[in-house]
Amino acid sequence: MAEKVIQEEKRVFMTGNEVVAWGALAANAEIMYGYPITPQNEIMHYWTRLAPKNEREFLQTEDELSAGFTTNGGVMAGRRAFTATAGPGNTLMQEPISMAEAMRLPTVTIVQQRGGPSTATVIYSQQEVTLTTLGGNGEGLRVVYSTATHQELFDYTIKAFNTAWKYRFPTFVLADGYQAKMRESLVMYDPASKGIEMFPTEPFVGKEGTPGVDREPGHFRNTYNVEEELYDVLQEHFADYNKMTPEVAEYKEIGSKESKVVVIAHGVVARGAKAAVEDLRAEGFNVGFFRPVTLRPLAVPELREVANNADKILVVESANGQMDRLLKEAIYGCSAEMLSLFKPGVGITAEEIEARVREIV
Amino acid sequence: MSVQLAMPNCWRMESKPHKFCPGCGHGIVLKALGQAIDELGIQDRAVFGCDIGCSLLAWDFFNIDTIQTHHGRTNPVITGIKRANPNVIGVAYMGDGGGYAIGSQHLVNAAARNENITAIVVNNTQYGMTGGQMAPTTLPGQKTETSPYGRDVAKTGNPTLGPEMVSAITPDGAYVARGTVSNVKQLTKFIKNALENQMNGNGFSFVEALSTCPTNWRTNATDTWKFLEKEMSQYFTVGELKAPGSQNEEGQANG
Ligand code: SF4
Repeated sequence: MAEKVIQEEKRVFMTGNEVVAWGALAANAEIMYGYPITPQNEIMHYWTRLAPKNEREFLQTEDELSAGFTTNGGVMAGRRAFTATAGPGNTLMQEPISMAEAMRLPTVTIVQQRGGPSTATVIYSQQEVTLTTLGGNGEGLRVVYSTATHQELFDYTIKAFNTAWKYRFPTFVLADGYQAKMRESLVMYDPASKGIEMFPTEPFVGKEGTPGVDREPGHFRNTYNVEEELYDVLQEHFADYNKMTPEVAEYKEIGSKESKVVVIAHGVVARGAKAAVEDLRAEGFNVGFFRPVTLRPLAVPELREVANNADKILVVESANGQMDRLLKEAIYGCSAEMLSLFKPGVGITAEEIEARVREIV
Repeated sequence: MSVQLAMPNCWRMESKPHKFCPGCGHGIVLKALGQAIDELGIQDRAVFGCDIGCSLLAWDFFNIDTIQTHHGRTNPVITGIKRANPNVIGVAYMGDGGGYAIGSQHLVNAAARNENITAIVVNNTQYGMTGGQMAPTTLPGQKTETSPYGRDVAKTGNPTLGPEMVSAITPDGAYVARGTVSNVKQLTKFIKNALENQMNGNGFSFVEALSTCPTNWRTNATDTWKFLEKEMSQYFTVGELKAPGSQNEEGQANG
């Protein structure tokens, strides 16, 4: 592996896509497989400029199916491999991700959400939550980090590789076109300088020695002959996932456990929600803020505490209730009334959120 | 014992007898592949990828690192591995549906990029595992579950000529051949040439193997062989289509 990419901490001002490329580089990602789709293209643009100087590889594939399946191959070869996509590309990406889910492949996928359904709009939305958390013909055995700032894009791109390789579930960084295209300042760093150790990688195939002579061959499959066999394998995956959950579930909050009204939002919308709640609290309103950082798995015990204490929860998202459905499952049976401010595919300002809260407090 | 001696070294005894139907051509293609791997001494470097369809039954066939992928997606998985670890000798093994229908974009683009992997497509003119539906390779007039009155080329087009297509879109350096399970010696040679081509870093190497599916053809041994030798071989020409350097002469002498 090449020299450290980032020698010392530096403050930079750049677009989110550029941040992701640098984050992947800092995380010692070794190869990116990608296919063009807006608004994630510049991740590839920056990666292809940085990669040769840092002994990293890139392959532009024929579509997102191929980008996903080559990424599966890359991690099976034992490399930190990743891809990035959005919208209809994310739809195609779900097929390779379902293989990754079945075979516990530590892939990392960056999703820059755009409007949907279908081609829709190219810049901004939070409508890929259902797809990213629960897509494919499976059980949603993945980890999804929803970022809100460029600093987090950098931090969680690094973290995604460690989560993926440590727990062996496909891991996503879920952002959006605003984060992708907007410039913002952040501090880039070498993970080691913050005490972050990159979790070691290991090849599934192509290990030392002759299979059947020096070692057992690696036989990796996602097909089973009998129902019971699949059932048993899945029980193991569920147990691992449940064991992992308290270690990876993350959230941020302000007074959420002692407020009568709590605003829940994720991603960039959480920035507006947080600003609105801070304003209202300064005015003396009994309002709290909760932001799931991991949309999958959710921080369920904490959410339930919030939902049992508050009278009202206001769910705010740039989708027609995609996070809301995940929350309702998590807090089923809790006492709070669920209210919403949904603007699918459209940004939501702090003022709008503040106005909505004033109506319900 | 004599049966065991006939098996290639890299075959996995624990998974034999294999899972294919009696009279199936897959076992013969995998024998040719096993022999080629033995002869080249690459059991430790080979990574075998199998597709969906009957090819998936090979997921524990060899004492070789193996990945069973999705329908049509074996080429990209093996490509991903090879790109990440060029020391591996990657073999993507699939049926005609995986190669020429659902995974055709992957085959075309891997070929066009001259991806340094070996792809083997088993052509038995229909979808085996799903119960004998029409495939891109179904012969004109051939009856299948989804062409019960015989393939109508006016409505469904002509059978795909895979090696001819790959040969047309690959640059120099690629290796392309069509063998048949009725000539194992030649098929083994073609597969060996293909693997060697990858080892030499020349680029994409592709072998189509004409194969048998008595189960879905609903044929006895005699008719199975007749269909393979008479009907299939007539439409699908056996031989090397493209071979860099000296392999060309060798192969032709063999073909
Ligand atoms: S269905 Fe046909 S191709 Fe499949 S194993 Fe049986 S004979 Fe072979």
